[in-house]
Amino acid sequence: MPAGFHSDFSGPLTGAFPGANGAGRDYGRGYGDDMSSAGDAGRVADLARAVVAEHDPKEVPVIEFLGACYDAGLAWVHFPEGLGGLGVSRGLQSVADRVLQGAGGPVPLGLNPMGYGMAAPTVREHAQSEEFKRSLLRPLATTEHIWCQLFSEPGAGSDLAGLATSAVLDGDPATGSQQWVINGQKVWTSLAHKSRWGLLLARSDPDAPKHKGLTYFVIDMHGPGVECRPLRQITGQAEFNEVYITDARIPDAYRLGAVGDGWRVAMTTLMNERSALGASGSRRGSGTIADAVELWAARPDLHTPVLRDRLSQLWLRAEAQRLTSERSRAAATAGDPGPEGSIGKMVGAELNQHIYEFCMDLLGPEGILYHSYAMHGANPDGDWRGPIQQRYLRSRANTIEGGTSEVMRNILGERVLGLPGDLRADAGIPWKDIPRG
Amino acid sequence: MAESGVPRVPPVPRVPFVFDDAQRQLRDMVRKFCADNFGATAAHRPLESGELYDAGTWHRLGSELGVLAMAVPESDGGAGGCLVDQAVAVEEFGAALAVGPLFGTVYLAIPALVACRPGPARDGLLSVLADGRRTAAFAVADFAGAFDPDRVTVTVEGGRLTGTARQVVDATGAEVILFAANGSDGTGLYAVESADLERTPLVTMDPTRPQSTVTLRGAPARLLAGPEDAGRVINHALRVGAVLLAVEQVGAAQHLLDLSVEYAMSRLQFGRQIGSFQAVKHRLADMFVDLEHARSTAYHAVWALTDGSDDPALAASIAQATCSAAFSRIAADTIQVHGGIGFTWEHQAHQYFKRAATDAALLGTAEQHRSRVAELVLDTAIAHSGAISVATGRP
Repeated sequence: MPAGFHSDFSGPLTGAFPGANGAGRDYGRGYGDDMSSAGDAGRVADLARAVVAEHDPKEVPVIEFLGACYDAGLAWVHFPEGLGGLGVSRGLQSVADRVLQGAGGPVPLGLNPMGYGMAAPTVREHAQSEEFKRSLLRPLATTEHIWCQLFSEPGAGSDLAGLATSAVLDGDPATGSQQWVINGQKVWTSLAHKSRWGLLLARSDPDAPKHKGLTYFVIDMHGPGVECRPLRQITGQAEFNEVYITDARIPDAYRLGAVGDGWRVAMTTLMNERSALGASGSRRGSGTIADAVELWAARPDLHTPVLRDRLSQLWLRAEAQRLTSERSRAAATAGDPGPEGSIGKMVGAELNQHIYEFCMDLLGPEGILYHSYAMHGANPDGDWRGPIQQRYLRSRANTIEGGTSEVMRNILGERVLGLPGDLRADAGIPWKDIPRG
Repeated sequence: MAESGVPRVPPVPRVPFVFDDAQRQLRDMVRKFCADNFGATAAHRPLESGELYDAGTWHRLGSELGVLAMAVPESDGGAGGCLVDQAVAVEEFGAALAVGPLFGTVYLAIPALVACRPGPARDGLLSVLADGRRTAAFAVADFAGAFDPDRVTVTVEGGRLTGTARQVVDATGAEVILFAANGSDGTGLYAVESADLERTPLVTMDPTRPQSTVTLRGAPARLLAGPEDAGRVINHALRVGAVLLAVEQVGAAQHLLDLSVEYAMSRLQFGRQIGSFQAVKHRLADMFVDLEHARSTAYHAVWALTDGSDDPALAASIAQATCSAAFSRIAADTIQVHGGIGFTWEHQAHQYFKRAATDAALLGTAEQHRSRVAELVLDTAIAHSGAISVATGRP
C-alpha cells in the first residue's frame, strides 16, 4: 500500500459506500469454500449449528449470541483457538456465517464495522500479550465494545503518513509504568461517540522521515483528554466526528507493534478493510443502479430518449463492474487473484455519483426539495440512506473517502501497471522539516 | 448451446471466468504462432503486396494448430471443444492483429454451419472450412447484430440466387459465400461458390478486413437451412460472431495498453518518464479500467453462450456495447499517450485504431447494442411502490 491509501473516512463500512454493485451490503466474509479442508468445513458447520441450537438468535440478545459464537471459535475462524477462532482456513468463515446468519443471526461487521473489519486483525497480530488480546477481543466480538479508527487529521488526508498527532513517552522504564502522552486532532472518525476503544496512529518521532516515526496504539475513548464532537456534513447530518486529544495518557502495554513501526501495523488494518469491502457477490441490477432503474420505472411521465440512453450507459457500467467483481472473485477462489480486483472502489464511487446525478436530472424541479436538515433527524422511510436527494449529496464523499479517486488512479497506475511514482518533495527528510499547510 | 435444436457442444466448463490448464496451453501456443506469423509488420502486407492474407499460414491455423473450428464437434472436422476454447484463440488473434478471413469464416460462417441441421452441403463445407483449406464469408445483412428479414436483398428461384449484397466482409477472397435469400416459401440460408458470383472489392479503412460488393445473377446455390431453421441459424451465428468479435477487441485492447504503458515508461520528457506524470498515469489507469470491464463482459458472454447461464442476447449485447466502446477509446488514447509518433504510418497504433473503428461498426455498434440492452432491462423494469423515496420538501 502506498502512502495515501487510507480509509478512516469510510464511515461505518455499511454506510459509507452504499452498495455500488452491492459492495458494502453483504458481509459474508467468504473467500469461497476451501475444498481442501472438507473436514474442517464440516466441523465449522457443526459448531455453528450447535451455537444456533443452544442460543437461538431469534430469541436471545445479540450480545449473548455473538458471545457464544466467539466462545465456539466462529467469530473469526482463522484466528487461534481461545481468541474467537479455530485456527482453520479463512475461507471457512463463509461456512459459519451461512449457518449463523441463515438462522437469523446478525451480520457483526455491520454492528461493529471498525471492530470486526479492522481492530480484530490488528489486535490479534500486534498486541503485546495474549491476555490483552483476550480482554479486547471478546467484548469487541459481542459488540459490547464498539471500536473506531483515529487515523485522518485535518492536515493529513491523502498523505496519511504526514499526520501530526504527537505521542511522547513519559515515566520510568525501570518501574514499568511508562505511558504515552497524546496530543492532536483526528477527523472523519465514524462511531467515535459510541466507541469504547480507538485505533490510534500517532507520531512518536518527529525527527524521522514521515513513515518511520509513527506508532500504533489502542486508546480508551472514555479516558480523560479525549473529546468527540460531531462533524456536520453536506447532508445536514453528522455521520462522523472530530476527536480532540489533549494530554491523554496511554499505557505502553496498549501499544500495537514496535515503536516507530506504526505505518506497517496500519497497513494490516487497511488491507483488512479492503478485503472486507471486496468479498461479496451481488445480483444483476442490484446496488445503487437499482435506485435509478426503480425511479425510472416509477416515473414514466419524466422519460426522454436522452435520459434513457444515459441510464443505459450507467446500467452497462454497473453491470461491467459487477461482472468484473465476479471474475475477480472467481480468480481469487481459483488461487490466482488478478489485477482486476483493484478497480472496484474507484469505479463504484464515480458510478454512485453519476447515478444520483442522473436521478436528479430525471426529477428536475422535484429534485431540489429536501426532507430535512435536522442534524439527528430520522429518515422518513427508515432507510438510513434517506431519500434520493440525500443520497445525491452523500455520494460526493464517495470519491474522497477510503482513498480519493486521484489516489486510486495512482495506485492503479503504479501498483497494477507498474508506472513510476510521482516526484516526492518529502522523501527521506525528517517529518518536522516537511512544509505543511 | 443455449438454443434448442442446436447441436450441443461438449464439454461444458464448470467455473465461469476460469480457464483450465488446457486452455492456458492453447493460449501459449496460439500466442507463439501469432508472434511468428502475425503482428503489425505482417498486417501491412495486404496493402504492400495486394495479397489479402497468407493462405499457407491460414491452412496451418486450420490443420496444424486446429484453432479455426474449436467449438465444432470432432465428427464435423472440428476440435470438439467449446466456445471458451475458440475465444482463447481469438483473443490472441486480436492481440496480434491477425490477418485472414477470421470474421467471415471463424466468427460467422462456421457457427452458422454448426447450427444447421446435418446434411451433405453443411457437413462438407464445415470440414473444409475447419481445416483451413477454404474460407467463407457471411453475406447476411444484420441490423444491430440481429437478423432482419426485411433487409434481405437476395431472392431464390429454382435453387438459383439473384441480387446484390453490399459490404460483405472477407468476401473478396472467400471460396464460398453464405446468403440469406427470399423464396416463395420464406427465407433460407444458402451457399454459393465464388466462381458463380461477381465481386467488386472495396477500399476499406482497415486493409486487414477487406470487403466486397457481391452480385448474384441466377447463381447455383446449395440450401443450408430452410425457412423453418434459417432465422434461428442466422441469429445464432450473429450472436456467436458478436461475442467472438468482442473477445478479439479485448485482445487488441490489451496489446495497446501494454504498448502504451511500455512507452510511458521509456519516453522521457522534462527529464522524467512521462508515465510519472499524473495526467498520463491517470489516462492509463482509465484505459486499464475500460479494458478490464470489456474483458469481464466478453468472457461472461462466452460462458453464457457456452453453458446457457444467461440470456444469450442480453449477454452478447452487454459485451458488444462495452467492448466496442472500450477498444475504440483505448485505441484513441494509445495514440494520445504516444504523442506524435502515434500518428505516424510507421507506428502500429493506427493499424489498431482502424481495426477498432471497423470492429465497432460490425455486428451492431455500441449504441445499437446499448439500445438493445435498454429494451431488455429498462423498458421492462417494473416500479416497486415505495422502494425508493423522493423528498417532497414537506416537513
